[in-house]
Amino acid sequence: MAQKEILKDRSMILQKEMIARHFERLEQAPANHEPVVYTFVPGNLTELIRSFGALPVLPEINALQSGMRKLSGDYIAEAERAGHSEDVCAYVKCDIGMVKSGNIGPSGTKLPKPDLLLLSYTGCYTFMKWFELLREEYDCPAVFFHVPYQGDGKLEPEHREYMIRQLREQVIPALEKATGRAYDEEKLRENLRLSALAEDDLVAVLQSGKLKPSPIDGYFGTVYYVGPIFSAFRGTEEGVEYYRALREEVYARAAAGLGPIVPDGSLDDQRYRLVVEGPPSWTHFRDFWKMFTDEKAVVVASTYTKVGGTYDFGFRHNPDDPLGTLADYCSGCYTNLNLPSRIEMISRYIREYEADGFVINSIKSCNSFSAGQLMILREVEKRTGVPGAFIESDLVDPRYFSQANIKNRLESYFQMIESRRQGSGTGATVASDPLTSAAVA
Amino acid sequence: MSCVVGIDLGSTTTKAVVLEETGAILGRGITNSRSNYDLAAAVARTEAFINARFGLIQQRAASAIAATAVQKLRRAFVLEQFLHQLRRLEQLMQEEVQRSIPAALRPAYERALEKVCSLILDEEEDRFTQPPAARSDFFRDSAGSAFMRLAEEVAGSHGVTFDRLVGLYDKCIIRVENEPLELDFRDHIGEALHRIGDPIELAGAVDAAVATDLTPAFTVGTGYGRARLPFPKEQIRSEILCHGLGAHALFPLTRTVLDIGGQDTKAIQVDPDGIVTGFQMNDRCAAGCGRYLGYIADEMNLGLHELGPLAEKSTRTVKINSTCTVFAGAELRELLSLGQKREDILAGLHRAIVLRAMSLLARSGGVSDEFTFTGGVAKNPAAVRAIRELVEENYGARQINISADSIYTGALGAALFAKRMVS
Repeated sequence: MAQKEILKDRSMILQKEMIARHFERLEQAPANHEPVVYTFVPGNLTELIRSFGALPVLPEINALQSGMRKLSGDYIAEAERAGHSEDVCAYVKCDIGMVKSGNIGPSGTKLPKPDLLLLSYTGCYTFMKWFELLREEYDCPAVFFHVPYQGDGKLEPEHREYMIRQLREQVIPALEKATGRAYDEEKLRENLRLSALAEDDLVAVLQSGKLKPSPIDGYFGTVYYVGPIFSAFRGTEEGVEYYRALREEVYARAAAGLGPIVPDGSLDDQRYRLVVEGPPSWTHFRDFWKMFTDEKAVVVASTYTKVGGTYDFGFRHNPDDPLGTLADYCSGCYTNLNLPSRIEMISRYIREYEADGFVINSIKSCNSFSAGQLMILREVEKRTGVPGAFIESDLVDPRYFSQANIKNRLESYFQMIESRRQGSGTGATVASDPLTSAAVA
Repeated sequence: MSCVVGIDLGSTTTKAVVLEETGAILGRGITNSRSNYDLAAAVARTEAFINARFGLIQQRAASAIAATAVQKLRRAFVLEQFLHQLRRLEQLMQEEVQRSIPAALRPAYERALEKVCSLILDEEEDRFTQPPAARSDFFRDSAGSAFMRLAEEVAGSHGVTFDRLVGLYDKCIIRVENEPLELDFRDHIGEALHRIGDPIELAGAVDAAVATDLTPAFTVGTGYGRARLPFPKEQIRSEILCHGLGAHALFPLTRTVLDIGGQDTKAIQVDPDGIVTGFQMNDRCAAGCGRYLGYIADEMNLGLHELGPLAEKSTRTVKINSTCTVFAGAELRELLSLGQKREDILAGLHRAIVLRAMSLLARSGGVSDEFTFTGGVAKNPAAVRAIRELVEENYGARQINISADSIYTGALGAALFAKRMVS
């Protein structure tokens, strides 16, 4: 038992240390003449950035960390004082507010100014506006990498070529100019090789959610697990080491028949297995998580943990095709998938992870994620026969989290699953009206 | 007699239902939630048991004469409860005079309060002798409106200010509402019987009702404030499940339930056994919920129960843009300033509320036959009319069920869950 706790601690300590080191290095970057590139999680080109010896900064991660540290409310108020509307993406306002409040990052160190803003994903138009604002703020160069939306559910060959051409003709020259270094394809291949190693281990961790009991929480716990690979550590030795340790730790829990560590200890007795769609509320992360664990609900898989890459369906970064693989990666991120692909993915998770239900957390200030989620709910219910729950909150704006309302819906939902399980002996029923939900017990 | 209890702690009112072992309803009780869920639950429960005991008396009252006497006894009992609270209110207000009024002015205030309270008492005694007329069930509402009216009359002639009298009332009514008063069956049944002349035909029935042991075998709580109930987790059920099961019990062919409560609106789909298969609720914003109507009633200086009938007098519906509760007053004043009539604005408001509920119904999977409308707003004729029109427009002909006791649906569902726990 003691050994398992140490193993658990190891991945957490590793992560904490590597993130702290990264932020310290960022703080020293101007003094050490290390170039800094700001970019976003979906479609991040970390291997390429790092192949130029540059350090990535991810404003979304800073925003969500500010949310978890209860700083976002003040930052958002600061941005609103500067004229940003209440309806604007809360991540953007949190970041702008942080910049205006001295740009102290979530770990307490000062963030360096960017040498380049690399907009490498365009499925969210707000990202474009966000970097426009930062470009004004920092008066620095920006490069725009257009990722075609997978409207037909697949990446067309000409789109792939178009992306490779952009990488070669725009992104790489911009990085060369910003860092003063030449493009080194061998270095990029090496980084990609390391990425694939970490990705193998991450997928093994994610898929352990199929076990009963699940040794991981595939949403609340997994947002920590994906932290390094979604941010600065893809394609690094540190990343590889972290995911190896994590995999060992999770496998040890699985072998011992243990559930994940949750806010109140180890969740071994799991009454409900769920799939979750949508980001969590960062400002009330623990409260939100506890609403699940209090009911002994474990999340076995989630879509949000795929916004920085959908590795569990087979994609790996391929060192033999360095620019092509980056194009594949960017276009395959969850945020770039159309509604039918998202419906298929959630339905697959429900079937393959044997889930009892699925929960959609709809984000007030994120149209890009939230539009169409009610249609997703209906269609997934129809395809799987499993009931869905719909709740609403926000990423980092604490004003949009209503504890009583969300708890009420989740409790009702769990009790609904329970009473449907118990049934009344009459078996399945189908509502006669085609307008009503076809989901049945 | 074995029984079970369901308690629905709503944001506006708290309801309790007592069920017999057979599932038959023995009694119902309701009170305002007064921001004190613990007390509200106790009061509603007490009321439900009083109601249950009157039900027992009714069962035993064989003759028609006895049945009429029971009705009279019930009214006498309610009057005794009222007077008990009025006496306590007066006592507290007189104490408050000693504390907060300068010595020189005290005698005038003492006399003024005594006068107002004795006028209220006279009105209540008179009211008892008249045919029953509708008014709020809650002491705060009925005593409050009488106090305001009579204090205005008395203030001038007693050399005191109306504002100060109201201040005394406001301070003390909260205390009256929040202290556990002796309002139970045994506390007042003797006085009530005495008031109606101790009719011989009821003596046996009342004694039997007093002697009946009504200890609940199980209690289940639900509603917005359910977490405040001092129950273990297995005795708490979600409102969604309770409204679904309660609606099913009232109308067994129910497939879709709409509950417009004070703080939230719920659209629920149930299977033929009353088990919930899906639901949708409004988000944290209480726009278009019962509370919105409450604010509108305050703005218009009307009682909540007067809104629907006034809206029914409308000849043309005004389009309402926002059902935001916070902006309710602003919207209302703007329309009034544009020359719109109150009844037409109200008709528009009711339609706007129902449109929001229709959107939740659509999200939950639509309106199936039969459709049951529950919650406090189901008592409002204008809301019901709008529901009927919009359901027909969007889904075609549907059997629409509304129980006269729709406000108790959640508590009934909770009591049914309690009954299942026992069996």
